[in-house]
Amino acid sequence: MAPILQVDNINVYYGSIHAIKGISFEVNEGEIVTLIGANGAGKSTTLNTIAGLLRSRTGSITFLGENLAKIPAHKIVSRGLALVPEGRRVFLQMTVQENLEMGAYTQGGSSAATDLGRVYELFPRLKERRRQVAGTLSGGEQQMLAMGRALMSRPKLLMLDEPSMGLAPILVEQIFEIIRNLHRAGSTILLVEQNAQAALSVADRAYVLETGKVVTTGSGQELLEDPAIKKAYLGG
Amino acid sequence: MEFLSYLVTGISLGSIYAIIALGYTMVYGIAKMLNFAHGDVIMVGGYVAFYATSFATGSLLGEDPSDGAVLLATLGSVLLAMLVCTALGVVIEGLAYKPLRSAPSLAVLITAIGVSYFLQNAAQLIFGAAPKNFTPVVSGQLTLFGGQLRISYIALLTVATCLVIMAALTTFINKSKLGKAMRACSEDKGAAQLMGINVNGTISMTFAIGSALAAIAGVLLCSYSPLLQPTTGSMPGIKAFTAAVFGGIGSVPGAFLGGLLLGIIESLAQAYISTQLSNTIMFAVLIVVLLVKPAGLLGKYVPEKV
Repeated sequence: MAPILQVDNINVYYGSIHAIKGISFEVNEGEIVTLIGANGAGKSTTLNTIAGLLRSRTGSITFLGENLAKIPAHKIVSRGLALVPEGRRVFLQMTVQENLEMGAYTQGGSSAATDLGRVYELFPRLKERRRQVAGTLSGGEQQMLAMGRALMSRPKLLMLDEPSMGLAPILVEQIFEIIRNLHRAGSTILLVEQNAQAALSVADRAYVLETGKVVTTGSGQELLEDPAIKKAYLGG
Repeated sequence: MEFLSYLVTGISLGSIYAIIALGYTMVYGIAKMLNFAHGDVIMVGGYVAFYATSFATGSLLGEDPSDGAVLLATLGSVLLAMLVCTALGVVIEGLAYKPLRSAPSLAVLITAIGVSYFLQNAAQLIFGAAPKNFTPVVSGQLTLFGGQLRISYIALLTVATCLVIMAALTTFINKSKLGKAMRACSEDKGAAQLMGINVNGTISMTFAIGSALAAIAGVLLCSYSPLLQPTTGSMPGIKAFTAAVFGGIGSVPGAFLGGLLLGIIESLAQAYISTQLSNTIMFAVLIVVLLVKPAGLLGKYVPEKV
């Protein structure tokens, strides 16, 4: 079966800075794939390019058989691709429920109501706080809101950019538990993390990025045991 | 009683400022730019209504038309002015501001000033520099307390229009899907795109709404002070911008409050202190308010969690 997402030789620039240097990888249906690497390796840039916020000068990004290169960012979500951006970027001045409604912006009204129920089931905390303005939520709650908001679009591929960033260890654990649950329920996930240990332990496959290139790839387990990876990313 | 009549004048003048200020504040809220050409869109609205009304009374309506026909002609003229201004607003945004979306804000600001002068000079070329005498959309006045207090119908209409617009706009922004999308764009355009919101379309829509309101403001303004010339929109535009900053730019209730207060201050200052100094007093109050409360009266400050 063809992969759900096929990224082929993309090159992305910020002005004259060559941030992504010919990255290729793929995600198959039902997998959790993770991109790990240090700060500035190009992980977030890759996700933002797939989501259409940045553009690649070369190569192609094929999602469910369609080339995304010419599709404007706001039309990509309705193709079934949702990104939970780095730093969560929830709408701080809007209520929790309004944030979730924005997630379902491209969906019809009736499906949005059932999805809202599903998201509240997954994140009971959000239901308790649904009338609260998102700016009053804690960092962990905002991360849940950002994930719930993305799920409202019924994504066929969910991309998570640093979901553990800035969270206390117990919250990181909770977020990864949710990722596991989503995976068990059949979601396909592309995860970008600096917390390599946590990411590799949930991932089916992983790609290691260094200064805009893929340097190693393998199953999550293999990379967890790889001495070079251990030394570079897992603290020995 | 005299005070009351000055107050009424101030409130109705303030209502016009408020309607104009809404255009500034909505555009600022979403596009994060000051559209200094907004005041000149008001002037265009005034001219369109003027010519449409002249055409209607000159060619369409016969001698001694019925009240109903006149009302219909007036409404038609206002509607036409709104349509033309809406189109103008969208075209200005698309041609002048959209290409500068990722340019420094100073470039956009200078462009807006350029568009403002362009509109004024184009109007002078097309309509001539000589002032036109605008016929108020309603005439007559209400006499209260045995003739001690007179309130013109145009003042009542202005206040009523402003209230209706405020209520409709607030509901639209808070409840409708498009209104919520506008708020989302105003906070974070990238995240809004990730939700599937067409950011450029939303910005266009904001300009459309603001410009349609400018047309209404133009008709009310000209009914109030009937000399219509290419620079008609410029001073009210600046005052309404001041009102928007006064109330807290980006905030819709702030534009309303700022507009009303500014109108009242102007009217009372003219009546009791000095006609010449009324603008000075008005801007002095603005400076004091901004010194004490830099975000404006209702400007919001939301702490950001990193």
